[in-house]
Amino acid sequence: MKRTLLSLGLIASLLFVFACERKGGPGAGGNSGPIVIGYYGDLTGRTSNFGQSTKNGVEMAADEINKAGGINGRQVTILSEDDEGRPEKAATVVTKLIDQDRVVALLGEVASGNTLAAAPKAQAAKVPMISPSSTNPAVTQVGDYISRVCFIDPFQGAVMAKFAANTLKAKKAAIMLDFNSPYSRGLTEFFEASFTKLGGQIVNKQSYTQGDRDYKGQLTAIRSTNPDVIYVPGYYGEVGVIAKQAKQLDIKAPLLGGDGWDSTQLWDLGGDALNGDYISNHYSVDDPSPAIQKFVAAYKARNGNVPDALAALGYDAMMVLADSIKRAGTTEGPQLKDAIAATRNFIGVTGTISLDAERNAVKPAVVLKLQDKKYIYVETIYPEGMTAPAASPAAPVTSSTDSPNAPAAAPAKADTAPAVKAVSPAVGTKKPTPSPQ
Amino acid sequence: MDTFVQQLINGLTIGAIYALIALGYTMVYGILRLINFAHGDIYMVGAFVGYFLAFQLGFATGPSLVGLTVVLIGSMIAAALVGMAIERFAYRPIRKYARMTTLITAIGVSLLIENLFVARLGAAPRAFPQLLREQSYTLFGNAAISKSQILIFAVSIALMILLQWVIFKTKVGTAMRAVSFNLNSAKLMGINTDFIISFTFALGSALAAAGGVLTAQYNPQIDPLMGIITGLKAFVAAVLGGIGNVPGAVLGGLLIGIAETFVVGYGQNVGVPTTFRDAVAFAILILVLLFRPTGLLGSTVQEKV
Repeated sequence: MKRTLLSLGLIASLLFVFACERKGGPGAGGNSGPIVIGYYGDLTGRTSNFGQSTKNGVEMAADEINKAGGINGRQVTILSEDDEGRPEKAATVVTKLIDQDRVVALLGEVASGNTLAAAPKAQAAKVPMISPSSTNPAVTQVGDYISRVCFIDPFQGAVMAKFAANTLKAKKAAIMLDFNSPYSRGLTEFFEASFTKLGGQIVNKQSYTQGDRDYKGQLTAIRSTNPDVIYVPGYYGEVGVIAKQAKQLDIKAPLLGGDGWDSTQLWDLGGDALNGDYISNHYSVDDPSPAIQKFVAAYKARNGNVPDALAALGYDAMMVLADSIKRAGTTEGPQLKDAIAATRNFIGVTGTISLDAERNAVKPAVVLKLQDKKYIYVETIYPEGMTAPAASPAAPVTSSTDSPNAPAAAPAKADTAPAVKAVSPAVGTKKPTPSPQ
Repeated sequence: MDTFVQQLINGLTIGAIYALIALGYTMVYGILRLINFAHGDIYMVGAFVGYFLAFQLGFATGPSLVGLTVVLIGSMIAAALVGMAIERFAYRPIRKYARMTTLITAIGVSLLIENLFVARLGAAPRAFPQLLREQSYTLFGNAAISKSQILIFAVSIALMILLQWVIFKTKVGTAMRAVSFNLNSAKLMGINTDFIISFTFALGSALAAAGGVLTAQYNPQIDPLMGIITGLKAFVAAVLGGIGNVPGAVLGGLLIGIAETFVVGYGQNVGVPTTFRDAVAFAILILVLLFRPTGLLGSTVQEKV
């Protein structure tokens, strides 16, 4: 009896503590005090390079905002949570950030699968969430509190298909996809659709799952069909190994990929085997525009390495959020989400960001060639109907002093395909722009 | 035909690794009737020791044959010590209790090693430095074989021959066989059974570590959980070949490797998705247990009263 009473007493006091916590969380204080923003990402798991880079970008943006006097006079605090790259963990940490830390807005994740797991929590709690770099279309379809500052996979898949068909003159493509990843499946679907529309043929399609250790079975099957290019829309951890094993099998066709490749660890895994492969990405560090070079220099000084696209997108996501809070004049969810959705022509590091009706950013993509541990800028591909404003500091400019295709900066007019190339098609066969590094 | 030969080479490569690990399972089982579930993690420990050795000794900068040899032997020695320590501190104190106790302890040791590594090093995969200048050779028309694959074949065959020699031609090997027949009688004949058991763990662990370093040359991605699935498949290989039987472990390893690669390479043509690659090993295990519980080369062991 005594014990029962004791435990009841304990439970009651625990409940009391939680009740206090919920009321007095750090972010609770209306329109004064620091603005608490939650960041969640993979900081220790299989895609931890993604989470760390994005976190660096987000924190760098927050520091710059705070140094400049904060947002409407209020300082910004970033609370970071590690989801270990697991969807179920992503949902848990986001619930914690919302319920316990009372964040006013959320930034994250990179991998679409993890964002998709966390987004319903944010939507239900009416806390706006900006994903820096999840490109699967389903992410913002979760609800009107979810938006992103990157382009989406139908565009990214089409960019690579277009590049393969027009610039590389590929007729036959094989695909090697990550079976359990929404990101990879989405890109596969859109690449396939665009590539066949452009007259190409998908000769073979193979799949793997994250954490597989051997890819030679699939690659051998692909090799037997003699493709001109192999599309591998996966994440760097697996792709590095796939590239290496493809070279071991004497596969000469270049591998094509997406922004999931962009990581320093890719080179540790793949090494020279990656030379001659191409990826689509959000921005190029070699872009001479002053806004990008200023960002790259500041990031290098702060973190000691060159920012990848995820760091740049993390930075942009934080900046767009700050801009939206400024315009909304409040951190209340409903007003803030409207302000985010109303973002137009925001000049970011990764391009001019305008959110469309689906709260997806409409931005150009760059194609980069992998060579000797560097991403070399090849060309920029614009979405349908969008032209590169000459004044925009973020639109990658091809006229760097040593570029072999300097006069080609004027964007072409859009045709019916979702992507239109903006630079002369002479690029692919020639040596690409040498890196200024 | 080219494709078939190529898939066969691919399958034999991973099969050779499974075989190296399976040998450890089968030897320990032969002597103690214990499934050492921590054995897959020894394979991981071997890869990580190799990783740190390569960086500490300055071999990570470029390919070198000396570096590879040092790293390979160093990690084999380190893993042997880890294997002996596990036996000394986890299994020996409870050896006299029911077999189930040691089995559950083995699972506990496995989880302990994995999570210690995750806690200390993080779960993120690391890139193993390339110690071998990679190059591919063509044979039979279009089938390619890379240097790292040749290395896997050469080293694993050499180690298997060495093991066969140790077991059948040396005094300690004779003692091992005696212990595997009957531990108590062997003790009565004056054999230091504790030493023999320790030695068996060291031998098996060294082979697993060699497997770890060799795999890392072939596939440079290593992480603290890499031993789980590979270890399980090697265990299946040991059971398939007949657990306790040394040539059986090699045969089982190669068969599992080939089966897995063929599922990936040809499965799609008959409607089996490539994601079934891990399932096939366990399907084989179930079939073997149903129709030939002693494994392919295993003999029926008379339970002594």
